[in-house]
Amino acid sequence: MTDKELEILRIIEEDARIDLNTLAKMTSINEEEIKAILKKLEEKKVILNYSTVVDWSKVPQAEQVTAMIDVKVTPKRGVGFDEVAERIYRFSEVQALYLMSGAYDLQVVIEGKTMQEIARFVSEKLSSIDSVISTTTHFQLKKYKHDGIVFEEGEEDRRIVVTP
Amino acid sequence: MSQLNVKTKSRLSSRVQDIQPSGIRRFFDLASSMDNIISLGVGEPDFITPWNIREASISSMERGFTAYSANAGVLELRQEITKYMYDRFDVDYDAETEVLVTVGASEAIDIGCRAILDPGDEVIIVEPGFVSYSPLVSMAGGVPVSVGTRIEDDFKVSAEQIRAAITANTKALMISFPNNPTGAVMLREDLQEIATLAEEHDLIVFSDEIYAELSYDNQHVSFAVLEGMKERTILISGFSKAFAMTGWRLGFVMAPPDLLAAMLKLHQYSLMCAPTMAQYGALEALKSGMDDVERMKQSYKQRRGFFVESFAEMGLACHMPGGAFYAFPSIKATGLTSEEFAEKLLYEEHVAVVPGDIFGAGGEGHIRCSYATSMDNLQEATKRMKRFVSKHL
Repeated sequence: MTDKELEILRIIEEDARIDLNTLAKMTSINEEEIKAILKKLEEKKVILNYSTVVDWSKVPQAEQVTAMIDVKVTPKRGVGFDEVAERIYRFSEVQALYLMSGAYDLQVVIEGKTMQEIARFVSEKLSSIDSVISTTTHFQLKKYKHDGIVFEEGEEDRRIVVTP
Repeated sequence: MSQLNVKTKSRLSSRVQDIQPSGIRRFFDLASSMDNIISLGVGEPDFITPWNIREASISSMERGFTAYSANAGVLELRQEITKYMYDRFDVDYDAETEVLVTVGASEAIDIGCRAILDPGDEVIIVEPGFVSYSPLVSMAGGVPVSVGTRIEDDFKVSAEQIRAAITANTKALMISFPNNPTGAVMLREDLQEIATLAEEHDLIVFSDEIYAELSYDNQHVSFAVLEGMKERTILISGFSKAFAMTGWRLGFVMAPPDLLAAMLKLHQYSLMCAPTMAQYGALEALKSGMDDVERMKQSYKQRRGFFVESFAEMGLACHMPGGAFYAFPSIKATGLTSEEFAEKLLYEEHVAVVPGDIFGAGGEGHIRCSYATSMDNLQEATKRMKRFVSKHL
């Protein structure tokens, strides 16, 4: 990866809506070249999506529950954890899935409308997969920071307006 | 009967009365009286001090490190400073005899002047420059002599310009690159001719390198690394700009042992030592803060790119500042003076910039705009400035 590509990635990771003209000035790379770089990074699946961080707790009709589930599984010869991982991430409720080192193997992040909905997912779908040995479910109580973004009010600019 | 109607000598010293109040102050009062302004007038980072530094300082207080430190500063900090300056800028100083931790770089300038100046000694100050140099020279009994740089030279100073200002009374030279307010930098070959001149005329050189880390296109060259210069250089730096620690008031000065001992004497009587809790914060900054410095530097660099290009679109000439976080465009095309431009811009568009003449010779006809503010602010400010300039071109 070139330095230019890296710099563009770092900027749009913070602000995916930045316009080309501004991006060009910030990086001293012309707009055509930026377009080409973005296209290439999209094609190579380095850039997967341009999404928005939403604080759903501020949207009354969209209340939801998030749980992190620690899952112990038996890996299979030849495919290791990948096969069971795929079985799990195909469920649309699953927001994220990670293979972990330590006391358990897979961490599943799941979102649902209610605790019951998540409980049903764990007992009916997750636990019933053959290689799953055990599950431990943790419900998120409050989101303080997500994807590097602090959810509370930001720190204001406390500088005085004109200084030497 | 009161004797007060008899005209008496002012109770203020003539030395203080002779010093003009900073032009920054007047502009600050103006800008403060208005709401909803976007300020490009702030001479400090828009980042808050990284958390690990704040946390280290809090922890030092929790552990009870609240007493005076050694006059020259916590030894471990001085050792880290010398190591850092060697690693980053190739300057080699002894932590025990050649480093002093000061209350901001400003104190270093002050005690440096007081340590070397006798009444009437002249100090050549390269301007536009930081507003404190000239008053601090005067308060130390010296005579400030301005040498102005120009946009045509990218605000660099040449040996010829300095030579023209040298008299039999010239004792020292004051330079600061990367420069506040111009953002100018000097490359090794630019500095080399100054070094030759300093040697020739036996000058002491104050080199204020507080913005050294914020050099975007070239590695910063410290004046002290040039051959033979260390022994005549008072190298000034600090934590304010690179580590976003302005309010901590923590700087340092590096100089040969005789000069440093003299400064330490002044420091010891007037300050005793720099605040201990700030010193522990600074120690953490040097031990693990370089990634943050790099991150902030990248961010300034991107904002510089955006901001400087905007002036061309407005029709204002602006050189590419190689360092610090200021642009210093020329506003001569508008026919307004710096003061008029800044004042009208404030009233008409609610954008605060600093008139260039405040920074001394060569500053008139320019404005200092700090890009240490959010991209949102910069975008809005440039939009307003474009509108403003188009009315006055």
